[in-house]
Amino acid sequence: MTSLQLFHRRHMPGGANVPHFKNTTECATALLPTPSKVCIPMQQHIGAPCEPVVKVGETVKAGQLIGDSPSPVSAPIHASISGKVTAIDEILMPFGAKCTSVTITSDGENTVDETLQPPEIKDREDFLNAIRASGLVGLGGAGFPTSVKLNPKNIQEVNTLIINGAECEPFITSDYREFMENADDVIEGILLVQKFLEMKEVYIGIENNKPEAIKLMTKKLANYPEINVVTLKSRYPQGAEKVLIYEVSGKVVPEGKLPADVGVLVMNVASIGFLNRYCKTGIPLISKRLTIDGAAISHHKNIRVPIGTMISDVAEYCGGYSQPVKKILMGGPMMGTALYTDDFPILKQNNAILFLGEENLPKHNHQTACIRCGRCVRACPMSLMPLEVERAYKQNDISALQSLKVGICMECGSCEYSCPAKRPLVSTMRLSKQAVRTATPK
Amino acid sequence: MENKLIVSSSPHLKSDISTAGVMRDVIIALIPTLVAAVILFGFRALVVTATCVLFCIVFEYLFNRITKREQTVGDFSAIVTGILLAFNLPVTLPLWMCVIGSFVSIVIAKQLFGGLGQNFANPALVGRIVLMISFATQMSTWAVPFYYRQPEIVTSATPLAVIPQVMNGELPAQNLPGLPDLLLGTTGGCLGETCAVTLILGGIYLVARKVISPAAPLAFIGTVFVFTALMGAYPLHQILSGGLLLGAIFMATDYTTTPVTFWGKIIFGIGCGLITCLIRLFGSFAEGVSFSIILMNILTPYIDQWTRSKPFGGVKTA
Repeated sequence: MTSLQLFHRRHMPGGANVPHFKNTTECATALLPTPSKVCIPMQQHIGAPCEPVVKVGETVKAGQLIGDSPSPVSAPIHASISGKVTAIDEILMPFGAKCTSVTITSDGENTVDETLQPPEIKDREDFLNAIRASGLVGLGGAGFPTSVKLNPKNIQEVNTLIINGAECEPFITSDYREFMENADDVIEGILLVQKFLEMKEVYIGIENNKPEAIKLMTKKLANYPEINVVTLKSRYPQGAEKVLIYEVSGKVVPEGKLPADVGVLVMNVASIGFLNRYCKTGIPLISKRLTIDGAAISHHKNIRVPIGTMISDVAEYCGGYSQPVKKILMGGPMMGTALYTDDFPILKQNNAILFLGEENLPKHNHQTACIRCGRCVRACPMSLMPLEVERAYKQNDISALQSLKVGICMECGSCEYSCPAKRPLVSTMRLSKQAVRTATPK
Repeated sequence: MENKLIVSSSPHLKSDISTAGVMRDVIIALIPTLVAAVILFGFRALVVTATCVLFCIVFEYLFNRITKREQTVGDFSAIVTGILLAFNLPVTLPLWMCVIGSFVSIVIAKQLFGGLGQNFANPALVGRIVLMISFATQMSTWAVPFYYRQPEIVTSATPLAVIPQVMNGELPAQNLPGLPDLLLGTTGGCLGETCAVTLILGGIYLVARKVISPAAPLAFIGTVFVFTALMGAYPLHQILSGGLLLGAIFMATDYTTTPVTFWGKIIFGIGCGLITCLIRLFGSFAEGVSFSIILMNILTPYIDQWTRSKPFGGVKTA
């Protein structure tokens, strides 16, 4: 609300009071036994897809490169288990596009590629090359190649690093477990980025519903005055990049600009922890910690799984389905993607797989007319007006959509969550952005 | 997998709030005032309210049936309109006039403009104004409270009609009703507008439930208070009498016909307050709340344009 802004300049407007459902907070990460096969799509990042560099019938070891691309905006892909490549075919991604994927059938040994060595890093260029080789992408969910993100054109002007540990999505606790189990990796990872990218200030943003993580990090960082732990109010979407930057540093990322343009880099806590492990061991990104939750799964857990593990295998490990599954989500319930099958592999950027049962579905979902109550406007962390966007979209009024700045929308879902009429606002925002893009000549 | 999965766009989590739930809260907030009306104006207050509610529902149902639209009776909005219309009528109004009022509210003011969320003016107020113009005598006959205990109907002037006379010196100041009378509603007026205590109670309930923002009511009431104080026109009496509280709390906060943003609501409230004062102090009608809200309803699309929220990080385009 505007009046609130007057008094608390530092707080994002709006947001939604979503339930937390952090059932897995105390679940230490279990290791999934090596699955019989993995299916590894060649695109698990934003940017150019990789081309397979292995052939059917070839034997591979865990950590071996199996896909790469010459494009600068891409991230290589590695075998997550040892075994034999049994198929290279196409898989239908949840977004509707097809993607080449490499299927590896396990030899049961899970041998790690012995040629893997910790990277030798002397300067910034070595550091960025190492990150590229590690296959790291933004593990918070977006999957943007980290080597590209950490190499902005104006790197000299970028001197603030923000570690995103907000984890504002309901259910998910995998980032929290990274803090609790790998705090030293997180800190050493921060020191690496600080050293090679010359960051002056570092902030770790954690929502106040994770007091243990805040306590632990504050204690461990007592001797690092330039690394600050920032306690955030737990209100969705506190972990959205632009919101987090504003809450932590008071800086506003203008529309169409990147955090680097205001001198900030944001990294997810799981990404930074992995970065340190890679620099120590040389083992690329081949496994991922996931929160497994939802009413339809027998045991909720945090587990570490090889990338490419089938969701059905994960479900089986967690005791199978306890009731008919209504939805399978990749990611959280606010921004996650609903899958059409459990016969689908885990991707690099996944942080949770949720098996929703009947009780997890919205109580009211009947769409009625917009009554202009304005809840969507008050909920929008970007101060947009979803109800006006919906009207302009229906009238196909592109100039109105542009002046409403629909392009700023990050599809966090706060508006639709708050809507009493259950309007499909996020879909409308997506379609509106598409309409504006199509109508604007490049 | 044996069962089919639901594939839908995010978010997959939605709040429990619904349109019907919002309307239910408004109805709950109106109930204390209905109880007060029955106590003050007798059983007929309930009959008038029931008639308006029943016919609002019937007209909504029939309109949807005839035009083959989705049935919207279940969203309770017709009930809210019915109660608000009844609250804006004198208790002695013939019931067939109530039916006409309901017809105007639901069919003409609401459904012909596209139904819930599309009407430009508050349906209950349109119904009231049409009745006021069509049946001026019946619409300005004010039975005194507790008239039903007396052998024949006694009518009285409303406090708003008394204030100008006192200001002119035609009547001595003791003819003004006392503040306890205004708070408890033991004065003449429409059946749902006299009891300030229950109206304020309903308003507090709606604000606490976050159904309405207090911005417009406070701006509305505040403007009337300040303006009439400057004019020396008994500000406390002004804000506690007539339809001001009913209008400010329940009609200047109607979602569909009032602005969406905080500053929009403030402008709306101030506008309503100014027009109300102008009509009350200088116009030929004693009461101006209905007209002020309807006039501001008409301005709402423009206020919405002026008071759009400023997008976070938005860059001005030339």
